Amino acid sequence: MAELKQDKSSFDMGMHTEQLTGRTQQMFFSASEEENFTYSYAFDVDFNKRTELDAGGLTPTQVNSKIRELMSEGYGTIVVQNPGAMHGLGVGILNRLQLYFEGSLGYFGCGLIDGPNVRISGRVGWSCAENMMAGTLVIEKNAGSTFGAAIRGGDLVCKGDVGARTGIDQKGGTILVGGRTGAFSGFMMQRGRMVVLGDAGENLGDSMYDGTIYVGGKIKSLGVDAVPADLTDLDVQWLTAKLKAYGLEAPNGIENMQKIVAGKQLWNYDNLEPAEKKLVL
Amino acid sequence: MLQSLKHRGPDSTGFALYGEPKDNLYVMRFKVAEQEDLRTGFKIHQDVAARKAAVDTRLEEKGAKVSDTQAATEYAYRYQLSYDGDMRRLADYLEDIDGVEILSIGHGLELVKDLGDAGAVSGQYSLGGFVGTHGIGHTRMATESDVDIRSAHPYWAYPFNDVSVVHNGQLTNYWTSRRALERRGHRFMSNCDSELIAVYIADSIDRGDDLEEAMSRSISDLDGVFTYLVATSDKLGMAKDTMAAKPMVLYESDDFIAMASEEVAIRSIFPHEIDTFDPYEGEVRVWQS
Repeated sequence: MAELKQDKSSFDMGMHTEQLTGRTQQMFFSASEEENFTYSYAFDVDFNKRTELDAGGLTPTQVNSKIRELMSEGYGTIVVQNPGAMHGLGVGILNRLQLYFEGSLGYFGCGLIDGPNVRISGRVGWSCAENMMAGTLVIEKNAGSTFGAAIRGGDLVCKGDVGARTGIDQKGGTILVGGRTGAFSGFMMQRGRMVVLGDAGENLGDSMYDGTIYVGGKIKSLGVDAVPADLTDLDVQWLTAKLKAYGLEAPNGIENMQKIVAGKQLWNYDNLEPAEKKLVL
Repeated sequence: MLQSLKHRGPDSTGFALYGEPKDNLYVMRFKVAEQEDLRTGFKIHQDVAARKAAVDTRLEEKGAKVSDTQAATEYAYRYQLSYDGDMRRLADYLEDIDGVEILSIGHGLELVKDLGDAGAVSGQYSLGGFVGTHGIGHTRMATESDVDIRSAHPYWAYPFNDVSVVHNGQLTNYWTSRRALERRGHRFMSNCDSELIAVYIADSIDRGDDLEEAMSRSISDLDGVFTYLVATSDKLGMAKDTMAAKPMVLYESDDFIAMASEEVAIRSIFPHEIDTFDPYEGEVRVWQS
């Protein structure tokens, strides 16, 4: 009854729960179409061609330029040694690449990447993998806040704990956290999936539009319009496969994980393009 | 560590360093002018000398016995002294002299801050040879108050010996809280919101709180975004607001604690691989030596 009341008052306030239909043209990634893996201007690299790069004494710009230079020479596997928690390493890589960082990254590590498979043996600072489009990024230790902000695709994995606002504005892809996550994780999430195997801080999923959050531990509190949902067989299958792929386990079992989705009581969308809206108004 | 954070703000740098406490002796760090004052006025050099002489006179008048004096710069001094009276009254009496600000008084604490990056300030004050147990520091990019020494961090929690604070963030209830603290008799030397935290902690200790209680209460009493550190002669504490809006990376081992806004600072002293983590929202931690 309470839900009905809330529905009505939301509707009276001009909010409604209309589903996006027709207008949204979703383009799904197909792994079988090879052209999806590369940009026309991407470097032709060979994963078997391996090299090492010592970042000690270099600036982030020099390291990133060197990675690009090595890709242009066909190196498909690059090991960066001594990253020293420098900021902005490994950003803007729009290429197939096996990239290994032996150590830790600072802020904005591996942002804006589209395609590479990255492994980081240490931890990462704030805003790792911001706007990631595709590929995989696996961090062995902990991560700072705004982990995976606005990612659109790919798998972003942190095997340790992450800070606050994980997956803020997430628009797709998967974020996997082996430990716990801080407050406001999933804030304004729009699509994609987030999996937290440990505890989640306050206001989880606050104002999320869509997408799914799975939590293996305790949730301190849910944010506005984030609601529990039933875990389906499909969820369990997907989680099982995903966790297995990265060697992770749900501490209390996958079947006991909590599923959080958008209540969609805050939705206030229509299906009109701005130009069409002008005509209506 | 601080030099590796130079990019966060080159305006000023400060150090709160803790040496071996000497029960019967105080170290007082004070300044008699701002650095930029030395570039203005026709008789600033005479004024600076006169202010320093006035400090000496008032110390003698109050019965403080000065056993060592060092001039780090023309305007900043380090005095070692013994004094049995009310330290707050003495501090107030000295700060009554125009241009004089006490940066710190303590048995172990020595607070040094000036304009420039960490390398410049450390060199200027010959801090390279300082031997101590712990310290906190700050590099500042001025946002809401002036580029001067009085607005630089750390802040001494006047009038409590050996308590210092550094802060990253903005307090949105600064004026409301400041007025409340001023009504309780506390003094502010700057318009920098970070100073409020030092005064808040001092006030809480004055009311009988221990450091952890004071810091825990600050999470709800202080409004805005903040991460701050507090050091005393035998404690080190950190607090983070409920939004976790300001960064902090922490490394903790059995015999060492290192914290910084960016991991790059911690890596500057640990060339080998270590495990670090971010404290969470609303978190307060205090370590006792």
